[in-house]
Amino acid sequence: MDWEIVIGLETHAQLSTVSKIFSGASTAFGAEANTQACGVDIALPGVLPVINRGAVERAIRFGLAVNGKRGDNICRRSVFARKNYFYPDLPKGYQISQFEFPIVTGGSVTIIANKAEKTIRLTRAHLEEDAGKSLHEDFQGLTGIDLNRAGTPLLEIVSEPDMRSAEEAVAYAKTLHALLRWIGICDGNMQEGSFRCDANVSVRRPGGELGTRREIKNLNSFRFLQQAIEYEAQWQIDTLEAGGKIRQATVLFDPDAGVTREMRSKEDAHDYRYFPDPDLLPIEVGEGWIAQVLAGMGELPVERKLRFQREMSFSAYDAEVLTADWETGNYFEGVLQASLQGGEKPGQGDFKLCANWVINEVLAKRNADNLPPGKFAVSEETLGYLLRLVRSGDISARTAKDVFSEFWEESRARAFSDQGGSPENVDKLIVTRGLKQVSDSGAIEAIIDQVLVANAKSVEEFRSGKEKAFNALVGQAMKATKGKGNPAAINEILRRKLTS
Amino acid sequence: MHNANISELRAALASRKISSVELTRMFLDRIGAANGSLNAFITVDAGKSLSQAKAADARIARGEAGRLTGIPIAHKDIFCARDWLTTCGSRMLANFVSPYDAHVIGRFNDAGCVILGKTNMDEFAMGSSNETSYFGSVRNPWDLECVPGGSSGGSAAAVAARLAPAATGTDTGGSIRQPAALTGITGIKPTYGRVSRYGMIAFASSLDQGGIMTRSAEDAALLLAEMVGHDARDSTCVDMPAEDYTLRLREPWTKGGSGARPLEGLRIGLPREHFGEGLSGDVHAAVRAALVEMEKLGATLVDIDLKNSALSVPAYYVIAPAEASSNLSRFDGVRYGYRAPEYTDLSDMYCKTRAQGFGAEVKRRILIGAYVLSHGYYDAYYLQAQRIRRLVARDFETAFESCDLIAGPTSPTVAFKLGAKAADPVQMYLNDIYTIPANLAGLPGMSIPCGFGQGGLPVGLHLVGNYYKEGDMLSAAHHFQTATDWHLKAPVQ
Amino acid sequence: MPLTPDEVRRVAMLARIELSEPEIATAQAQLNSIFSLIETLQATDTKGVTPMSHAGDLVARLREDRVTEIDQRDRFQSVAPQVERGLYLVPRVIE
Repeated sequence: MDWEIVIGLETHAQLSTVSKIFSGASTAFGAEANTQACGVDIALPGVLPVINRGAVERAIRFGLAVNGKRGDNICRRSVFARKNYFYPDLPKGYQISQFEFPIVTGGSVTIIANKAEKTIRLTRAHLEEDAGKSLHEDFQGLTGIDLNRAGTPLLEIVSEPDMRSAEEAVAYAKTLHALLRWIGICDGNMQEGSFRCDANVSVRRPGGELGTRREIKNLNSFRFLQQAIEYEAQWQIDTLEAGGKIRQATVLFDPDAGVTREMRSKEDAHDYRYFPDPDLLPIEVGEGWIAQVLAGMGELPVERKLRFQREMSFSAYDAEVLTADWETGNYFEGVLQASLQGGEKPGQGDFKLCANWVINEVLAKRNADNLPPGKFAVSEETLGYLLRLVRSGDISARTAKDVFSEFWEESRARAFSDQGGSPENVDKLIVTRGLKQVSDSGAIEAIIDQVLVANAKSVEEFRSGKEKAFNALVGQAMKATKGKGNPAAINEILRRKLTS
Repeated sequence: MHNANISELRAALASRKISSVELTRMFLDRIGAANGSLNAFITVDAGKSLSQAKAADARIARGEAGRLTGIPIAHKDIFCARDWLTTCGSRMLANFVSPYDAHVIGRFNDAGCVILGKTNMDEFAMGSSNETSYFGSVRNPWDLECVPGGSSGGSAAAVAARLAPAATGTDTGGSIRQPAALTGITGIKPTYGRVSRYGMIAFASSLDQGGIMTRSAEDAALLLAEMVGHDARDSTCVDMPAEDYTLRLREPWTKGGSGARPLEGLRIGLPREHFGEGLSGDVHAAVRAALVEMEKLGATLVDIDLKNSALSVPAYYVIAPAEASSNLSRFDGVRYGYRAPEYTDLSDMYCKTRAQGFGAEVKRRILIGAYVLSHGYYDAYYLQAQRIRRLVARDFETAFESCDLIAGPTSPTVAFKLGAKAADPVQMYLNDIYTIPANLAGLPGMSIPCGFGQGGLPVGLHLVGNYYKEGDMLSAAHHFQTATDWHLKAPVQ
Repeated sequence: MPLTPDEVRRVAMLARIELSEPEIATAQAQLNSIFSLIETLQATDTKGVTPMSHAGDLVARLREDRVTEIDQRDRFQSVAPQVERGLYLVPRVIE
């Protein structure tokens, strides 16, 4: 019998403010322990929280981005509440979060999984503060507490249980990750914990009642997300098929063993005693503020994708790849711009040329080198310039690829600390290595005439219908130009001479 | 000199009749002599006080003195003061030296005031008799067998016994006004949000408000003007400029009114509910006499209703403990304060630290608070209490349509004997029945001495003003004090 | 509805306060007497009344996103029960 897996994600995204959500301490990552924990963050007696406008503004931006830029999912009056529990990395003994009145309610994210589009509905997104960190090593059986992270603003984004496979969950997480970076509210650095997922997983018979769910906590890579859900779902299926029952629980994923296990701390059976934080008055978000945030927002991924499809006749796939993140789309448009002469209007061939290069060369290399989105080892100006020379016939596509690869290597040799090559270097290499392509039809005609004379046999074969012989002649002509002949020109002239 | 009011002290300092060091030393000596029997102070640090006084004298000498420069005042030990032990009356913070200044402390320091010491208080401000302090009960200077009221009992006793010209206090359900009444001094709790709570150790955040305890309304006006005003560090603090309450203190209620009947035009509302059952006869008589005096000064008395007044106490004993249970969670033995010496694991460390660090009343309120917020009880208790809170606030709104100030008794009885109510929390809680409604509504309130009751103990007249009408209350109180001398009576040394 | 000893234990655990058996009995009696006072709230009809969680109907003032705090770790940790290499130490946390 079949089982259906049902998954909902709760994602914690650290917001990219410079200061904390309720204090003026820095949020910079990697400082020495507790040096970025001010009186509010360590919960001294008598201190009070004050809300960071930047955090609220980012939440509004998110709300607009997942709701087609309509602000009707943004709560005009949202309320901070206290979630009470004891834990050493939670200095106040409560987390300031939002409960009854979150800042964002509703919205959706469209993902592509298994080549099909699917809409994942969002339940809500609310603001809260991050906790500190517990360090378990090196203290003779004690735990060390670092509160630098305490108070870092988080947006907790809760999806509906709309996903049906680990692949869909990963696609959703990736899409959300890209969107947060795109709208500039989260740096998305998963190693540093800027983007973490909790997955609620249950299984059921298709069409049946929802099963009991278990929540996998703190998944901080897409790979772990995938592995954890796959393991967990299979474990639940095995358990049920063996006649067992699923008990609601919070579990952790152990990446080394590849298994999930129930957490030992029970957190008081989740009686968090939420109530409105009396230290914080409700946040009012007026129409003016929403309009202001909207005015500062650029094109959204879905808008750009549709524009690429509409204006450049790209396939859905190409458009999706080029808009997977904010920087790739910018890079592509930058390359396109740089590949044109001043005032020149690009045509279909130009779009295609640039898109192919970005997809097949740039993104392939970026992925092979495991570079983060936005990290391009060759600048858009340099690549655009190379492509301009390809378009004008000054260099061959082959040459361009060689030069591009060389530049990329150059950057890699410097550990990608800066970009390789430049338009000036392109010019230099063309001169010093004699890379300029022969496109002059007079010169090519003369060479072809010689080739035809020297290869009478091939000419004979071609004329008797052997198309293959044509390629041999092209090869000979290229050889005679020492590889610098413009292939298109050679093709055209050769065919004309052979058929005339 | 210890009987002089603050205006007189200012004049003496300005004319160099006395230096701030001399003044400070005089009060420190008085504290040294009386604190053994009163237990009004938890911490006195002559070195720190005198060095502040010296700096004030230098400032006066440079001609840079403000109107409070060189005046010594005591602070309730709930206000964090940098490098001062700040205990909040609790074993939990018995070793806590604050690394920072509360807004109120900072304001007074900047004005050039001298910190005379930190006054005793009910533990975490939870109490109405000052018997819950880890540092022992405070005695009422009018009768050492009696309580001074609470929670700002140390501040009240210090001001009443002339150990300090004035002292700060905080008021969550009456903690400034009730001890002021029981010790025969003037105490004002401004509108919620008028004084920043930054650095004031939280009991119940939506009710707590800092204020001042003095010997007269005139002194209160002078000092309160220094405390109020915007502070960006407390987002519940209203964004309103400070107001100098001394400017209109002497003005008649109605512009151009007569000096003989300065309260002409003032309508004083008397809540029927505050003159009924539960009010002891001696207090009733003193309050009535004071109201007659007000009438003589030109005021009109009108009866009003605060229908839900009786529900204020139960509502308060849901809301305040709920907030407190959460506010006091930070005392966990991890970053500062008390940690139990022995424990088996993390949870045991928490449980023992908090069992040993908190006293009985604090633990009781934390348990009530955790219970009313817990799953299944939130709606029935917490939300219901908050709805009642709104009804109480509406009662005031209606009342202020027919009056300008509300008056009545501050406390149902005069000071009671130590231990008399300690065993019965509910009896103790009912002490604050007249003061709690103003906290629930967030309104300003004050208590001024208006006579004596049983045992020759002081009685307080309670005034409640509309939002931000501290100036009205202070002015009315000042006119009353100009015509009477209750506020000048001091306990026999 | 009177609290049972088990409810007192549960709440004490939620609040992380150790109570001995005699203390539980005392707490139960006192809490029940306080709750008999609190129960009087139930008699009032509050249908349609909006709960009042703050002392006024104001809205939050927000702060600008700026770093205003400097490192005061040493000062803060001078009053801490147990620290090592800048970290607050607690009994081992088990997840």
